[in-house]
Amino acid sequence: MNKIKSWAKREGSAYLFLAPYLILFVLFIIIPVVAAIYLSFTNFDSVNFPKFIGLKNYIALLTSDAVFMQYVVPNTLKFSLIAGPLGYALSFIMAWMLAQIQHKPRTLLALILYSPSMTSGVAMGVIWKVLFNGDQSGYLNSLLMQWGLITEPIQWLQSTEYLMPVMIIVTLWSSMGVGFLSILAGILNINQEVYEAGYIDGIKNRFQEIIHITIPSMKPQMLFAAVMAVVSTFQAGSIGVTLSGSNPTPQYAGQLALNHIEDYGFLRYEMGYASAISVVLLAFIWICSKVVTKLLAEKD
Amino acid sequence: MASIQGKKMNPTRFHKSQLKFYAILIPMAVVMGLPIIYIFSQALKPLDELFIYPPKFFAQKPSLDNFKKLIESMLGSEVPIYRYFFNSILSTLLTVICTIFITAFAGYALSKKDFKAKGLIFEINTAALMFVGAAVKIPKYLVIYYSGLIDNFWVHIIPGLAMPVGLFLVKQFMDQIPDALIEAARIDGAKDFQIFMKVIMPLSKSSLATVVILTFQAAWNAIEASELYLNADNMKTFAYYMTTLTTTGNDVVGIGQAAAATLIMFIPNLVIFIFMQKNVMSTMAHSGIK
Repeated sequence: MNKIKSWAKREGSAYLFLAPYLILFVLFIIIPVVAAIYLSFTNFDSVNFPKFIGLKNYIALLTSDAVFMQYVVPNTLKFSLIAGPLGYALSFIMAWMLAQIQHKPRTLLALILYSPSMTSGVAMGVIWKVLFNGDQSGYLNSLLMQWGLITEPIQWLQSTEYLMPVMIIVTLWSSMGVGFLSILAGILNINQEVYEAGYIDGIKNRFQEIIHITIPSMKPQMLFAAVMAVVSTFQAGSIGVTLSGSNPTPQYAGQLALNHIEDYGFLRYEMGYASAISVVLLAFIWICSKVVTKLLAEKD
Repeated sequence: MASIQGKKMNPTRFHKSQLKFYAILIPMAVVMGLPIIYIFSQALKPLDELFIYPPKFFAQKPSLDNFKKLIESMLGSEVPIYRYFFNSILSTLLTVICTIFITAFAGYALSKKDFKAKGLIFEINTAALMFVGAAVKIPKYLVIYYSGLIDNFWVHIIPGLAMPVGLFLVKQFMDQIPDALIEAARIDGAKDFQIFMKVIMPLSKSSLATVVILTFQAAWNAIEASELYLNADNMKTFAYYMTTLTTTGNDVVGIGQAAAATLIMFIPNLVIFIFMQKNVMSTMAHSGIK
């Protein structure tokens, strides 16, 4: 009894302050993840009680789901490995340049670069559909035809060839969010003396300056931005369906893991199987973040 | 030489060496800004201009027709327009207020209190930065179902309140509030909650403003609750109504109205960000993962 009392005295107030957050965190983040792991070992149609079937979902996913292996995995890899790093690099380069102009124009330009990340993917759908419309009234088609670059309108959003590049471009467009602001603040906060010391130590050009001074001096912000880049890339996973207007996307050209989960979970009600895909996706995101943090941490 | 190089960062005066940066930044900003401008232009195009071939980027004779039609069609529907707006505003407001307090409480505990599980909890929260909610829609549906939130207005609010990025930023920011201030307040006889309200809250304003922006964006744009957890139309939000326009409105008339709705959705985000951008930048200076 006394032990509990002295514990409550020492740590009780901390937990009192933490309680609301912790409860909601457990309820809406931890439990769904744990439940996804549990359901991934079951056969669950959302009506009957989940039936334990061991690794069958995972085996089916790896061996007999042709769509997953042929389209979803390569698409997801391609999309995330291009859009993620490019978005991150773009954020850094833009922030680095912005840091070297005066305050007022910097604020204005940073606002313009940041504003796409404030739009929601679904809301922008209508704008992209008009810009990339497949007939000649589509803005891009009409422009390219006026310039004589193409003679026939291109079905941007319905073609297997162009859907993925359009998805990547749209994702890059909105990639300068919180991570970008974090990098910008990080660069601006580096002490001038660090640069001066670096040049005395033999830094010769701007590139060396970036590699040996700028990035190491703001590593925490670089890490935070990297994690944000990974997450926002995967969160953009339903963009293909938004753009093409159908799930599955035309011939699975823009099918990403998130769409595959929705396809099985909400269209076919194979919730156990969908959960297995969720678990694989979450694990993949986690590994990506770990790899990125490792890579950055090693550059000391 | 050395000092000249270092002074290139955060300059106070214009120098022609900055021109090369402008030469890249300005075209980049134009390209990034075009789709946003296009929302404005599309929303302001009268009906005949939406059909024009070849399509024009800017509205030639800007009009508010699309907005009028949007409002008319919403007034004509079973659920009046103000209901969607009211729902959006109420749910966003409640989400923002609750998140501020919940996040600040937790940030205070993790930053200034001493307890055994502190490091572990912060680490779990940092790992949760990588959490992609959309990946676990199915189990989340079950949690919401069993907690009785189906067809309950609070389903707009409660599931989004624990925001790992928010807590992360607030905690990192609070770390640089000197402990001496808290000690001084305690010596003056302030109780824990008073310290929180009078010392911690005012000094963490910047990071809380950042949380406001992030939460506002998430709540204002959210459609998940209306789509999955609520059946009654009179509980749904404007963002949801908007998506019904964009998904069914493949005809040209619908596109004009949908653009108007997109604009209405976008502007509050922009205005709030502009007002609070200074706070965001000072929060981001402490945002690193160490």
